Amino acid sequence: MQTDRELLWLVGGIIALLALSSAITFFLKRRPGGPNKVIANLDARVKAWWVMVAVFGVALATGGLGSVILFGFMSFFALREFITLTPTRPGDHRTLFWAFFIITPLQYYLVAMEWYGLFSILIPVYAFILVPTRSALAGDSEHFLERTAKIQWALMVCVYCVSHVPALLTLKVKGYEGQNAKLLLFFVLVVQISDVLQYVWGKTFGRRAIVPTISPNKTVEGFWGGVLSATAIGTALWWATPFTWWQAALFSFLLTLMGFFGGLVMSAIKRDRGVKDYGTMIEGHGGVMDRIDSLCFAAPVFFHLVRYCYT
Amino acid sequence: MKDLVAWLIRVVCGVRALPAEALPPAPVIYFANHSSHLDFLTIWAALPAAARARGRPVAGRDYWEKTERRRRIARDLFNAVLIERQHVTVATNPLAPMLAALEAGDSLIVFPEGTRSADGAIHEFKSGLYHLARGRPGIPLVPVYLQNLSRILPKGDYLPVPLLGSLALGAPLTLGAGEGKADFLQRARAAVQQLAS
Repeated sequence: MQTDRELLWLVGGIIALLALSSAITFFLKRRPGGPNKVIANLDARVKAWWVMVAVFGVALATGGLGSVILFGFMSFFALREFITLTPTRPGDHRTLFWAFFIITPLQYYLVAMEWYGLFSILIPVYAFILVPTRSALAGDSEHFLERTAKIQWALMVCVYCVSHVPALLTLKVKGYEGQNAKLLLFFVLVVQISDVLQYVWGKTFGRRAIVPTISPNKTVEGFWGGVLSATAIGTALWWATPFTWWQAALFSFLLTLMGFFGGLVMSAIKRDRGVKDYGTMIEGHGGVMDRIDSLCFAAPVFFHLVRYCYT
Repeated sequence: MKDLVAWLIRVVCGVRALPAEALPPAPVIYFANHSSHLDFLTIWAALPAAARARGRPVAGRDYWEKTERRRRIARDLFNAVLIERQHVTVATNPLAPMLAALEAGDSLIVFPEGTRSADGAIHEFKSGLYHLARGRPGIPLVPVYLQNLSRILPKGDYLPVPLLGSLALGAPLTLGAGEGKADFLQRARAAVQQLAS
């Protein structure tokens, strides 16, 4: 296989960025006044980023299957965190067993076999029917609609939406055959860097919260700073995508917006349940769901737009 | 082998290992709410290796001696103290093996409700905990609250759902001078309940 120079540039750029972040945190830690809580958290976040990038890199390097398996596990862990926070009743036990051990693996199996017609309706149609039916068979009618809605929503956001990230590898874009790894990398990079930049801009210049009742940490200044700078970065990466530069700019802007919406909605759920993080699996970040919340809404939208416009 | 089993249980139940300094030295009596078979597994698995080696779950003989496999799991893997629940006589006094284990320097993991709660509520404590406290007054009684384990493996089901459980430790109790049975059991139960919020 011929080495893709563009792919190497992307990966090299990410590693350089991480190295720069590590260097900055290193100097921040040694600054007079000593380390504080924000810097300790930043340090943990950067270290966790190295691990996440390494895992992601290995998965991408193994081709499509590795990515499908990686995101499959992320869905599984996200669903675990989500259902843990959601009050369910003993009558939902078998339904949840189906959700974890049948529906989730099946969704990713369909992605792996590139059966678009079925993976795009498995959860919206078939899980939609299975979930309430199995719970009804268990015979508990208390809060039935609430419980059903919560399980269905959990499956949609943690499994259905997230599975569209590795599904990007299955798109057949003309003149871009065999290069979809770069498309996936572009997508994850823009969404995640928008998250990071919104955090950095917010911590530095943030004054006015956008929705103070939901997330006091999401500020107007952080939002615009993050969205615009991430869009600029995405635009500058047009050469790695099947897009022209202005198309890359539009897509990047859309991705940062969808990423923000995803993060905001997941924050609203956390606030409703009275927790700060979904879990503790990733040091400094919280749970898996805290890290991929911005990918959830962006992935299916990006997938469908690229599929509609370019294939 | 036991370390591996303990790690596996912690991964499945989503419970973290307890730091050694959070626990008083053995012998200790851990008492917890009871809603799932995972309860004693989880406490056992969360204990630091040294404390785990001395930690013995107390379980009903009627259930754990029903089949050869259960008997082997209880005896060999978890070194359980099996006690009589159904036909208690002087000869099968359930306190005797527990006091003997404490005497030998082992810790006990007990569920004072006596059986798994099916509705998630913490039921009234049976008097065994009081008799243990009175029989060995110097030994600290550590309240433990287990959350979500009945959602992972409910009573009566054998298929687990991989949710995240949690385990909270409270400050050790001891039996007060002249404290009556009902008062003490009420206080012990309140100590577990308090960890729930």
